[in-house]
Amino acid sequence: MKILVPVKRVLDYNVKARVKADGSGIDLANVKMSMNPFDEIALEEAIRIKEKGNAEEIIAVSIGVQQNQETLRTALAMGADRAILVVATDDVHNDIEPLTVANILASIALKEGPSLILCGKQAIDNDFNATAQMLSAKLKWSQATFASEIDVKEDIIRVTREVDGGLQTIDAKMPAVVSVDLRLNEPRYASLPNIMKAKRKPLEEVNPADLGVEITQRLKVIKTKEPDSREAGLILENIDQLVEKIQENVGG
Amino acid sequence: MKILVLAEINNGELAEDQTSKTVSAASTLGKVDVLCASNQCSDASTNIAKMENVETVLVLENELFAQSLAESYSETMIDTLKSYSHVFAPSSSFGKNVLPRIGGMLDVMVISDVSKVISEDTFERPVYAGNAIQTVQSIDKLKLISVRTSNYSAVPSTGSANIKKIDCKGNNPLTTFVENKMQTSDRPELTSAKVVVSGGRGVGSKENFEIIEGLADKLGAAVGASRAAVDSGFAPNDWQVGQTGKVVAPDLYVAVGISGAIQHLAGMKDSKVIVAINKDEEAPIFQVADFGLVDDLFKAVPEIEKKI
Ligand SMILES: Cc1cc2nc3c(=O)[nH]c(=O)nc-3n(C[C@H](O)[C@H](O)[C@H](O)COP(=O)(O)OP(=O)(O)OC[C@H]3O[C@@H](n4cnc5c(N)ncnc54)[C@H](O)[C@@H]3O)c2cc1C
Ligand SMILES: Nc1ncnc2c1ncn2[C@@H]1O[C@H](COP(=O)(O)O)[C@@H](O)[C@H]1O
Repeated sequence: MKILVPVKRVLDYNVKARVKADGSGIDLANVKMSMNPFDEIALEEAIRIKEKGNAEEIIAVSIGVQQNQETLRTALAMGADRAILVVATDDVHNDIEPLTVANILASIALKEGPSLILCGKQAIDNDFNATAQMLSAKLKWSQATFASEIDVKEDIIRVTREVDGGLQTIDAKMPAVVSVDLRLNEPRYASLPNIMKAKRKPLEEVNPADLGVEITQRLKVIKTKEPDSREAGLILENIDQLVEKIQENVGG
Repeated sequence: MKILVLAEINNGELAEDQTSKTVSAASTLGKVDVLCASNQCSDASTNIAKMENVETVLVLENELFAQSLAESYSETMIDTLKSYSHVFAPSSSFGKNVLPRIGGMLDVMVISDVSKVISEDTFERPVYAGNAIQTVQSIDKLKLISVRTSNYSAVPSTGSANIKKIDCKGNNPLTTFVENKMQTSDRPELTSAKVVVSGGRGVGSKENFEIIEGLADKLGAAVGASRAAVDSGFAPNDWQVGQTGKVVAPDLYVAVGISGAIQHLAGMKDSKVIVAINKDEEAPIFQVADFGLVDDLFKAVPEIEKKI
């Protein structure tokens, strides 16, 4: 089977996001960008499934600006077999909404016919947590979100999900869309030889129009502001003072 | 404008706090109807009917909804949704699972994790782990909104809504439920507790986490954890607080052996009072804490517990 892994290029998780002075968004000029951490986990899982002999091909897809090429090269270096770049904008500040991303991915899925699409549960920039669910609905495929364990059987995939109350296990018929959570695995680093090899792996570039998808924006961002900030408080001298403060604020 | 709230019900049991706070957010725009879909609805619907601002409780009772599996839940919802302009759900694992699927089916964008309802089409939501707050305006005809419930208080139980049964057809050939491994505890729920005591990697092991739990029990608090503590197996996944875990805003949050990474702060920095105990005076948690103690947690926490 084929596995499709959508990977988003986002502000690196170690970098603190700065709001632009004019309130028009987050400053993304000259900052470190990386693969969305959840997508690394999704890709790692796809590679492990392939290493176990349960998949033949892994296709990484990224939607956004031309520079997403770098993210896809990283995916190829980790172990994806080929990559598709959908150039949907020329401005890094123009975030493509999950609904449009889902439309694009659905179109690619219909062409490529994967049995499994492994998404991250959430992009750590817009924090929407929506694409996998929307994609699954568009394709009318089964849906398993927040996976912390995945077991591929013949034509079903058993997924243990991290839910608010604990863990839930479901069997999803394939083809399926699964979104992955933090505890699923620890992604590997690309080795130097694999980084070299990745340069020769196929990376195809397409436009949304080629896929019959129009880029729309349903949520107009009117303003971006800093959250209310918290001031550093008091460093206390001893435990007794801390006990006092705790007692003052319990049930207060 | 017609507003529907999706109640969160797990196997017949109403998630009262999440549902009530979602009703509270939705009532910013007016009276609401609440959809109560589960395998057993009588207790849940009675409780929902008491929530202020609820006009009608729509009851959909069917074995199919016991686990709120996304496919059957959203499939059946579609018919009910037709007459509504707004659908609200809590931004819990339930809401995050079903609401975007409904969006995908109807080609409507979802407005996730709304922290403030400004008007019928304009909302605030945190992005970038809460390092920025965006105001967004939706042009979709139907608004699908998941609510960051920690920003709202529950509505009073002074209402008396109608309860109306509705029919449903439906099946789910796509996914089947296998099992739940839910954590049970006598402690207050993490997302609604007045006091939360959380432990991080500094706690060191699952056994040592009893120190955190001991203090929590003394304070009648819920227990939380950082991602590092959960990843290391010190604490179960449902204790994780943060950008990708639960968001809490108690009166008092006590962070023990937690460094204060932005992803952790995203889940707790709206707490009223933050107390931090860390042996490293440079730990970033002290930049948001109202009161800090630079000390070894293994010495400090048991002593605090004794003195309270
Ligand atoms: C995509 C993504 C999502 C994430 N989501 C979350 C999330 O939702 N929630 C979350 O918490 N994190 C999240 N993280 C992880 C986050 O970046 C940090 O790695 C994590 O919060 C660190 O946990 P910690 O503070 O317990 O551990 P550390 O950063 O290792 O800190 C341990 C602290 O304990 C102190 N300490 C050690 N021993 C003692 C002692 N004896 N007494 C007192 N103090 C002691 C140390 O001084 C240190 O400050 C996420 C990361 C990524 C990439
Ligand atoms: N622009 C994009 N390009 C590729 N994949 C994406 C993109 N946006 C979202 N995704 C995928 O959808 C997941 C969830 O994103 P979101 O719904 O935006 O939180 C991500 O982890 C990716 O797997």
